[in-house]
Amino acid sequence: MSCFVNRTLKRTKTQPAMPLANRSAARTLLAAGLLFFSACAVHAAPPDAAPVILIRNATLLTVSHGTIEHGSVLIRDGKIAAVGQKIEAPAGAQVIDATGQFLMPGIIDCHSHIAIEGGVNEGSVSVSSIADVAEVIDPDDMDIYYDLAGGVTSSNILHGSANAIGGQTILIKLRWGQPADRLPFEGALPGIKFALGENPKRSNFSFPGAPKRYPATRMGVEEVIRAAFTEARDYKKKLDDYNRRLKAGEKDLIAPRTDLRLEPLVEVLEGKRYVHAHSYRADEIVMLLRVAREFGFKVRTFQHVLEGYKVADEIAASGASASTFSDWWGYKMEAYDAIPYNAALMTHRGVLVSINSDSGQEAAHLNQEAAKTMKYGGLSEEEALKLITLNPAIQLGVEKRVGSIDPGKDADLVLFNHHPLSAYAVAQMTFIDGRIYFDRQRDIAGRATLQKEKDALIEKEKKVAAAKEKSAEKKPEEKKSDEKPKPSSAGSAKGGAQ
Amino acid sequence: MSVTKRHGNPLVLALGGIFFAIFAIFAIFAIFAAVPQAAAQGGEPSSFAIRGARVVAVSGPILEEATVVVSRGMIVAVGKDAAIPSEAWIIDGKGLTVYPGLIDGLTDVALLSAGVAPGRLAAEISPAHAPQPAASGPEDRPGATPWRSAADEATLSDKRIESWREAGFTTVVAAPKDGIFPGQAAVLNLAGDRPGGMVVKGAVAVPLSLNPVGSFRSFPGSLMGVLGYVHQVWLDTEWYKQASAGYAKNPRGQARPAYDRSEAVLQQALDSKALVLIPANNSVQIRRALALAERWKVRAVLYGGQMGYETAGEIAAKKIPVLVNLQWPEKSKDADPDEPPTLRVLRFRDRAPSAPAALARAGVKFAFYSGAISAPKDILKAARKAVDAGLAEDAALRALTLSPAEIFGVADRLGSIEAGKIANLIVADGSLFAEKTKIKIVFVDGRKFEIRETPKPAEPTKNGPTGEKPAEEFALPMAGGAQ
Repeated sequence: MSCFVNRTLKRTKTQPAMPLANRSAARTLLAAGLLFFSACAVHAAPPDAAPVILIRNATLLTVSHGTIEHGSVLIRDGKIAAVGQKIEAPAGAQVIDATGQFLMPGIIDCHSHIAIEGGVNEGSVSVSSIADVAEVIDPDDMDIYYDLAGGVTSSNILHGSANAIGGQTILIKLRWGQPADRLPFEGALPGIKFALGENPKRSNFSFPGAPKRYPATRMGVEEVIRAAFTEARDYKKKLDDYNRRLKAGEKDLIAPRTDLRLEPLVEVLEGKRYVHAHSYRADEIVMLLRVAREFGFKVRTFQHVLEGYKVADEIAASGASASTFSDWWGYKMEAYDAIPYNAALMTHRGVLVSINSDSGQEAAHLNQEAAKTMKYGGLSEEEALKLITLNPAIQLGVEKRVGSIDPGKDADLVLFNHHPLSAYAVAQMTFIDGRIYFDRQRDIAGRATLQKEKDALIEKEKKVAAAKEKSAEKKPEEKKSDEKPKPSSAGSAKGGAQ
Repeated sequence: MSVTKRHGNPLVLALGGIFFAIFAIFAIFAIFAAVPQAAAQGGEPSSFAIRGARVVAVSGPILEEATVVVSRGMIVAVGKDAAIPSEAWIIDGKGLTVYPGLIDGLTDVALLSAGVAPGRLAAEISPAHAPQPAASGPEDRPGATPWRSAADEATLSDKRIESWREAGFTTVVAAPKDGIFPGQAAVLNLAGDRPGGMVVKGAVAVPLSLNPVGSFRSFPGSLMGVLGYVHQVWLDTEWYKQASAGYAKNPRGQARPAYDRSEAVLQQALDSKALVLIPANNSVQIRRALALAERWKVRAVLYGGQMGYETAGEIAAKKIPVLVNLQWPEKSKDADPDEPPTLRVLRFRDRAPSAPAALARAGVKFAFYSGAISAPKDILKAARKAVDAGLAEDAALRALTLSPAEIFGVADRLGSIEAGKIANLIVADGSLFAEKTKIKIVFVDGRKFEIRETPKPAEPTKNGPTGEKPAEEFALPMAGGAQ
């Protein structure tokens, strides 16, 4: 799957439908059904403000330093204050008895398109870096809540893959119920989406009557990127020259025009913005590495990167990383060579790998996606868990804040009723910054109240509509006169003016 | 209500009851028949005194049994003992209430381009209607026609003018539609001899839309694309100002800044402190718009505002006024019964009319606008819903009179009943917010329009056996003549 295809299916009906892999469909339905009631709900409920929480007697999957049986985690001021087997609850602390349950770091989805208002793609142009996803974050998108219910705490919100250089991207925390400006992950570097291959060259669809947009080939995609960075380099030089001359005391200089399309590319050149490159084939992956080397920037992540296993050494050597699917393949030509061993093979060759969702529904069971790498490629439990926690944290430059259960890190945690790599695992509670943003029991308990409110509002609307109809029947003449022209009054009303 | 000259025929004074009424009707018809001559001789009465009425000035306390004197388009006196000039026509205000004329805070009523179907004619009027080539970036300025001016596009031929007036609206803030920078809004009075006479103030605001004008093949095709585009246009406008000044001082050896009509026009608008109207209806949009206003450093006004019940405090903190759309969200008529709306949508529909009350409590300056309401009688009904949801009646009235005048910088001439202001008035037989109240007279620029009870209309004769022309065609030349 590509983010492009996926969003096309979800958001618009005008695009040709592409076959969705069956595997996720059933699970998607299940998840949707499970959370149907919460879907209409819970929104404005503020997360519990609990400065001190002790989660007691859980199996702690720290990811960074093994498993701790009968462990406890103390949360204070939104951070993990202590991790161990013998932690006493401070006075006034909220104690959560997690006997028989599994606590792991909050899941980080390195490729998501949830919570975007007004279009995932600015698909009109081949370089859409002027568009910034951060500006259109929709904190009311139900997908945020669905993903929380699957244990996700942070999502890398990406622009779609319609263009060689796409829009600016942002890492958010799923702080459901908070306004949009409270969602961004503080201090995380912003990113930009690149896309290679079939989507930017528009192999798989066309617009009737419209000329084909450049580029139409993989060569063209490369050229678009090179041209854009050449422009960005010139732009940066112009800015630098201007500043130098200004400093030298020259007067009445005309400042270069600020170009919001090129500014993010300058940031890439200066290492202030991550490149997340949607890619499939080995040749195009190597192509982008070559272009990046030429212009002196880094590719932070290759996204999807389904043929990454063929060029794992090249990816590892470049310092880039890979964020892929577990086992989705064959849905278009460039996805034919995908194999479920991809994540494991790349991991074995020293590539930093994560498993992503590219889908608001798939994100709700990323733990199961990660588990597949144990079957396909033989990763260990901890390696598998890293694919959805510490590894994406490193890829997104926030590993000092999240990704493992260690004192000092943000208390972004998820409590499962079974081992999260088991097919039976269901998330019970999701914490962000030490606050409970999802509580399965509370969700279930609240459904009746919300349904009642919903029914009452529907009933109220029906009553108002009925009353309206009744009054309309009562005064049919008056209504008529509103609608009809007024032959005699038209004159007299005007006549008054004379 | 009666209309007569103060020192008129003594017979009139002697006549009472039914006779009087009959005479009045005859008098009106007589005057009406004499229109061309009367107008040519300047015979249209220009002085009126509404005597003994309840006067809701909006800017001050309510006066009982007071007199409002109108002369040559202006309010010249208000009060219990206001002197009535000898030439004034007297209107007996007993049992009647005088209000300032209502202002529709944002509409396209009275604009030439409004309601014109896209096509050749429309394209001539409004370039935004013309088929556009695909835009490949902000530099192509898609959906930008900021030079269009509501003052220039004002027309008296919009049929809605009369119906808006009959609903009590004497003034509209009219804004061109279509595109992201559709043009510039103007304050227009809903009467005049020539379109130019309607203009109270031109270029009061630059309305914005954030709807993509493009698609998957033309920029911008997404909300984030629109936002990037608008940022770029403001930056370019600022740059153009500085670059052209810099070039004028020192042209030698410097590249000449290219002329751009949008940049030049927007720079002028910003220099004259024109308001920028930003669409923002739900809380996400409202919060985003507040941030945009800060980023753009413009004098912003939000329009929409229907989820103000959640965000009033935040709006108040930024001291940004709001135009509240009176077309409340409703269940769509063709809503799928099998797909019930979400709770959030249901709550929104339920609570939207409480937004004005919340804004008022938080101290936000707000005005009402008609939105997409097509029957003007529904505008006051919708305002009444806000009153039912907790808004004080005087606050609702203010949002239809003085507040929009203040927001758009015309409170020195409109929005309340004060000596010296433009004589835009309505005379009603009760409270404006009472369901049975009828508006009897509307004054626009001191010109009197009587609103008549509509007699039961005759059955339409369009397809009648006699082949008579339908009634409305008879009405047309009269309507034209009166204007």
